[in-house]
Amino acid sequence: MKSRFKQYSVIPGFGITLGYTLLYLTLIVLIPLSALFIQTANLSFAEFWNHVTSPRVVASYRLTFGASLIGAAINAVFGFLIAWCLVRYRFPGRRLMDALVDLPFALPTAVSGIALTTIFSKHGWIGRYLEPLGIKAAYSPLGVVIALTFIGLPFVVRTLQPAIEELEKEAEEAAASLGANRFQTFIRVILPTVFPALLTGFALAFARALGEYGSVVFISGNMPGRTEITSLLIITKLEQYDFAGATAIAVVMLVVSFAILLSINLLQWWFSVGRRRVA
Amino acid sequence: MSPLQETQRLKNQTTLPNTVQTTVLKPTAKFIDLLSSLVPGFLITLAVGFMTLFLVLPLAVIFIEAFKLGIVEYFKSFQDPSAWHAIKLTLIATGISLPLNLVFGIAAAWAIAKFEFVGKSVLITLIDLPFAVSPIISGLIFVLMFGLQGWFGAWLAERDLQIIFAVPGIVLATIFVTFPFVARELIPLMQEQGSDEEQAAISLGATGWQSFYYITLPNIKWAVLYGVILCNARAMGEFGAVSVVSGHIRGKTNTVPLHIEILYNEYNVVAAFAMASLLALMGLVTLALKTFLEWKVQQDRNTTLEPTLAEVH
Amino acid sequence: MGIEVQNVSKTFRSFKALKDVSLKVEDGELITLLGPSGSGKTTLLRIIAGLELPDDDNKGSVLFSGEDVAKKHVRDRQVGFVFQHYALFKHMSVFDNIAFGLRVRPKHERPSKQAIADKVTSLLKLIQLEQFATRFPSQLSGGQRQRVALARALAIEPRVLLLDEPFGALDAKVRQGLRTWLRRLHDEVHVTTILVTHDQEEALEVADRVVVMNQSKIEQVGTPEEVFHKPASEFVIDFLGNVNVFKGRLESGRAHFDSLAMDVPGLAHAPTGNANVYIRPHDLEIDRTKIGSQSLAANIERINPAGAHAKLTLLGVDGNEIQVDLPFERFTALNLKQGELVYVSPRKVHVFAPEYMI
Repeated sequence: MKSRFKQYSVIPGFGITLGYTLLYLTLIVLIPLSALFIQTANLSFAEFWNHVTSPRVVASYRLTFGASLIGAAINAVFGFLIAWCLVRYRFPGRRLMDALVDLPFALPTAVSGIALTTIFSKHGWIGRYLEPLGIKAAYSPLGVVIALTFIGLPFVVRTLQPAIEELEKEAEEAAASLGANRFQTFIRVILPTVFPALLTGFALAFARALGEYGSVVFISGNMPGRTEITSLLIITKLEQYDFAGATAIAVVMLVVSFAILLSINLLQWWFSVGRRRVA
Repeated sequence: MSPLQETQRLKNQTTLPNTVQTTVLKPTAKFIDLLSSLVPGFLITLAVGFMTLFLVLPLAVIFIEAFKLGIVEYFKSFQDPSAWHAIKLTLIATGISLPLNLVFGIAAAWAIAKFEFVGKSVLITLIDLPFAVSPIISGLIFVLMFGLQGWFGAWLAERDLQIIFAVPGIVLATIFVTFPFVARELIPLMQEQGSDEEQAAISLGATGWQSFYYITLPNIKWAVLYGVILCNARAMGEFGAVSVVSGHIRGKTNTVPLHIEILYNEYNVVAAFAMASLLALMGLVTLALKTFLEWKVQQDRNTTLEPTLAEVH
Repeated sequence: MGIEVQNVSKTFRSFKALKDVSLKVEDGELITLLGPSGSGKTTLLRIIAGLELPDDDNKGSVLFSGEDVAKKHVRDRQVGFVFQHYALFKHMSVFDNIAFGLRVRPKHERPSKQAIADKVTSLLKLIQLEQFATRFPSQLSGGQRQRVALARALAIEPRVLLLDEPFGALDAKVRQGLRTWLRRLHDEVHVTTILVTHDQEEALEVADRVVVMNQSKIEQVGTPEEVFHKPASEFVIDFLGNVNVFKGRLESGRAHFDSLAMDVPGLAHAPTGNANVYIRPHDLEIDRTKIGSQSLAANIERINPAGAHAKLTLLGVDGNEIQVDLPFERFTALNLKQGELVYVSPRKVHVFAPEYMI
């Protein structure tokens, strides 16, 4: 009965549950994911490089990364603001607002996509006021930014909320008692403490935005080289039976998003180690 | 990727950022104090404004567009057989992937939380993997496996079996994208709860099933439900992954989100938003349930028996 | 039911939690396993329960009334195990908690509903919580939870009751009450009981016999009186209460330390060598004048007269700190003051035969 792999327990079911977990994980996740990498391995490096650096593809990277970055940055600012209000202030409708933050998670992306397009198109509720100003929101890179801001908001708010809750009131009071004004207290006491959470939320929103599809395709207009995001380009290549091209771009995107998530984990580990050392 | 988690909120924190107490009030200090007292109101207005613009308006527009031509037109949208077919297909895909991922989630959490073994943290990371894969890629990998040019493409074609551009592909893609939801909810909770209660049950003569059914399940039921509703919302609403494998055959391989896309692209706006309103309603119910369940799960956590010092005899 | 543990070892990964431990527990006895954390006491208890398996080295065995239970699952051993943190079922009432062990029995062995209710009621009476039957664990105090855990374990009429630091999480006063209560309970139900604790006072007060454990081994087994007054090792005397330690030498049955030399009974033939000399604070007498050669001069550093014994801290002329417990009457009769020079003479010393050293 003794095994070096597992400690003895009187609780039954280890073999069957772990076995099932591994089997299911392998069938549903590991084998299909490995297909992506193995198919790419069929390409020579030159072919691969050509696929992932053709001008149309590069333009899609620029749009995807750029819009994701801007969206995540907007969320960092307003997500912080929303999280701050939700944690620190009591006001009518706060609970409702708190629940509503998760709407982008709960609303299917296609639904958000057509809703945002309708609002920001030139006859839409907001689009009609932007049009005279010469601002084209829907069917432009700005539209992509709007969609990516929408879907990224919960990541920032939900990561920041616990961090703001944990803020020690005493530290702020101490700062105030030492003569710091509100702005100084915010910049020197609050911001450094919640910075890891803010960065994590930003990175999560960014990573999610990179792979987003449903909410973007409606509002972006999908003009090759101008408003075509990378996810859409993969689909286009697939529809043209360009499997090699689609796979190669997909690998690039997947590696990037793994890298981001890995650095988020490292970041959190690093910050938590730092925090433990202080405590 | 991580949605909808870590939301423990202190419910009774009522403090406002305090203003600096100045004993000698110079006119400028008074002015600053006045400004200070306006800050919360200003910040709240800004936050509410942003949320209205980005969250409330899109939600509102769905229902308003759906009912733009009146309630009759709204309901007419559902008379289209392909609409019904899309709803049925969505329910099928959800109905298959939900129980599968539920059983998987419970099994995985049981193995991970109740036992000590080597490689546990690697396993947890692997379970989270589908969240790191974008929707389009989630669909693509199944095309690479079962598509005509894929690994099993020729083999399937010989036997006249179709997975891609057919219902099985849609189901597979849905399972993949909702894979971690239940497990991810249960693993941390069950790890926190430990295995003392199960050990106690077994020492009292309970069988493994009895201790699972009578002891474990009541302790995790709210978290299970939480995972299930999140899983359900994603399964019903998945667009990207399903779009890749579906083939968009009207009345055949269109789920509700895909059908919305077709209607919208055909400028059939009312019908598109009518379908969308169903999913939006599902989303709102999800949000409400989620808020309720978060509170319930938190209660389960809090009742983890910490020794109390007060003794009554 | 008597229990016998023979040559049991237990290894977790690379950590040896038990090294070749043997122990015999008599029928109806209340025995405590006492030791610091990490000494292996809980592991031993869990092995007896069947919650852990001993190392598979073909040497170790656990016998219940002479019957080898090594292959028996905890479910079939009929042991009542009380967990350190109660492990009460949070979502069940006190009544349902206690009834659990009876209700999960296979149908043909399960008592009738009425029989279960009667049993639970009588147990509730035993733990003095009759009016709490419908409460939930979260509505109980720590001490009450522990009693419910005990009743739950007793409900299955265990052949042996095993308690893992049952009072560890409670505060001092509650512990004291539960301790006496447990002892009375044991005298009533007489089930063989093994209790794990790291609290020496608790171990000595409640037990028929004490098993002192250290570093995965048993140091001594004996009645509370034996382990306290005739400690078998340096560890035991050090772990059980305060003690003064002097560096000294053992030579042909006499201990030499400081300027003193005293006979140590039983060690007449022990080899010569360096040895520590242990003296309990209450085994020291204080006088104002030097009496004979068996006393040490020391200065009174501190006096703590609160309690049945006055606790004195003295500083010997060579800088040794010496603790003395003086009966309060004696302390007042002497009228000792801080800073005084006094003479300390030991009534009894403990020396352990030095190990052979190369």
